[in-house]
Amino acid sequence: MIADGAGRTPHRGRFRRMSPGRFLSWVVLWAFVLVTLFPFYWMLRTSLSNNRALFSDPASLLPVDFTWGGYRRVLGLSTAEEALAEGGSGASIKFWLYLRNSIIVATTITAGQVFFSAMAAYAFARLRWRGRDKVFFLFLTALMVPPIFIFLPNFELIKDLGLLNTFPGLVLPFFLMTPFAVFFLRQFFLNINREVEEAAMLDGAGHARIFFQLILPTSKAPMATLGILTFITAWNEYFWPLLVTDPTTDDARVLTVALGIFRSQTPQGSPDWAGLMAASLIAALPVIVLFALVGRRVVNSIQFTGVK
Amino acid sequence: MADALSIPTGQPAAVPRPERVRRRAAANSTTRRGDLKAATIFLLPALVGFLVFYLWPTIRGVYLSFTDYSLLVEPEWVGTENYTRMLSDRVFWHSLLVTLEYVAINIGVQTIVAIVLAVLLHRLTSSSFLRGVILLPYLVANVVVALVWYAMADYNIGMINGVLGWFGVDPVAWFGDERLAIPTIALVNVWRHLGYTALLIFAGLQAIPKQMYEAAAVDGSGEWRSFWRITLPLLRPVLAMVLVLTVIGSFQIFDTIAVTTKGGPVNATRVIYYYIYDKAFTQYEFGYAATMGVFLIVVLAGISFLQLRLLRASESDLS
Repeated sequence: MIADGAGRTPHRGRFRRMSPGRFLSWVVLWAFVLVTLFPFYWMLRTSLSNNRALFSDPASLLPVDFTWGGYRRVLGLSTAEEALAEGGSGASIKFWLYLRNSIIVATTITAGQVFFSAMAAYAFARLRWRGRDKVFFLFLTALMVPPIFIFLPNFELIKDLGLLNTFPGLVLPFFLMTPFAVFFLRQFFLNINREVEEAAMLDGAGHARIFFQLILPTSKAPMATLGILTFITAWNEYFWPLLVTDPTTDDARVLTVALGIFRSQTPQGSPDWAGLMAASLIAALPVIVLFALVGRRVVNSIQFTGVK
Repeated sequence: MADALSIPTGQPAAVPRPERVRRRAAANSTTRRGDLKAATIFLLPALVGFLVFYLWPTIRGVYLSFTDYSLLVEPEWVGTENYTRMLSDRVFWHSLLVTLEYVAINIGVQTIVAIVLAVLLHRLTSSSFLRGVILLPYLVANVVVALVWYAMADYNIGMINGVLGWFGVDPVAWFGDERLAIPTIALVNVWRHLGYTALLIFAGLQAIPKQMYEAAAVDGSGEWRSFWRITLPLLRPVLAMVLVLTVIGSFQIFDTIAVTTKGGPVNATRVIYYYIYDKAFTQYEFGYAATMGVFLIVVLAGISFLQLRLLRASESDLS
């Protein structure tokens, strides 16, 4: 109906060439955007509600009985009495500790994985040696094995090394490489101009110098993209941290695991939804901010991995 | 890491292009005979990582599947006992069935809706902002996604039941009902993965030459007809690849269940990943868990092979 109206009023320039079909398509597309974004808004809305009042108006678009209590509880700013009054559990949540742990783990994994994978990618893309393509193929077959299968022996190893509940235990399996990271960088390194490298070689530059002064500087963009992808994956990882950190000690507990535990600590069967949503939103925030800054790069990289 | 981000590497692109290799070999042969020494140094850290955390665990896992192992004492060889036990384990078969139900709903809905979304994006706009927005849920942790929808679908305070209430519909226990739990979780993860899947398909759409649509339009073909006659057939190789990736990812459903239903009610959401986890890490039956892991590898390899064959992925109509 609206589309018809727009069609009959050609002076409204934007709609002049918009056929009803095209208009409908736009409506559907914006419906997708709405459905995509709505749960994020709902997190915000619930996190700013009074947990005790939530059930009185479950479908209210605005926070029910607005309060910062959810955030105050999660960030440890409210007393146990205040927390209980607003439907919190009263137990202390060491959110800052888990946030710090997540930052340490994700940053260490990213730094190690990107650097060592770049070294390997250099060996695969720019050096000639017997068996190179066979070794590379072997690296890639590792992607066929479901993570849970290799996590069983990896858990055994980390346990035998006495690294349960430690940062090295959380980081090690992802620190030196992932097949994806090596593959991703190799694709870029293959396309670096050969002549410049040969010229440097004739000048007496060794492989180390070529790698650090030629390959890495010319590959800043793909390295950054890989870094972002690795950081997001490490930040969101739940399974491995769940295995190697104990529910009884939280020295090395990361945010995802903490959220899971927070959710199962339900006093009298009614969770602290406001606190839970506040914690979830803060846990998701670094990724959302990172994405807002460099989203285009991530979007393009998905097309790269998908088609190339 | 158990994330689909790390999967797309199983591409044909992994196979080095012959001309390039040959050209490089020719350029190099005059200056150097081989870089084995340098390669060893550059490869060493990644190789150690690969051997210790990928290759060895895989071999060890296969070995463990033939043993009785509780982590406390050395593994004891039991031959194929775990395998015969698996074949008669009703919970195992049930978990497989539940997983298949999850995958069917998750992949079925997700693929169709993602095609629609990708085509809309492709035909309507070149805005990378919109594409970014669509991708957003994929970048948030499974755990966060699970909790948000768990809150929205809660029996008492959830907005879904709240809205249904306006229309006089009684509250529904989305996560608590044995029949509804799996479809609910499957749809939650459609929400998370839709944008990613749509962008993979979108990339495939961009590879279709614009002239084909222009020519079709000149011949009087409408959008609808062009979709069925041009887009879908030419998209087949990309779709095959996307399906292999998403199906493998879908079989690994764990996080969402671990923070919401924990396998319940009864065994309604005890998917294969959760059952393996349960056996290994709450009952310490590492040998048996490894056996089911081997089974999972075989199933995934078989499904991938079948899909690629059925969809004739390597053949493109674009030549």
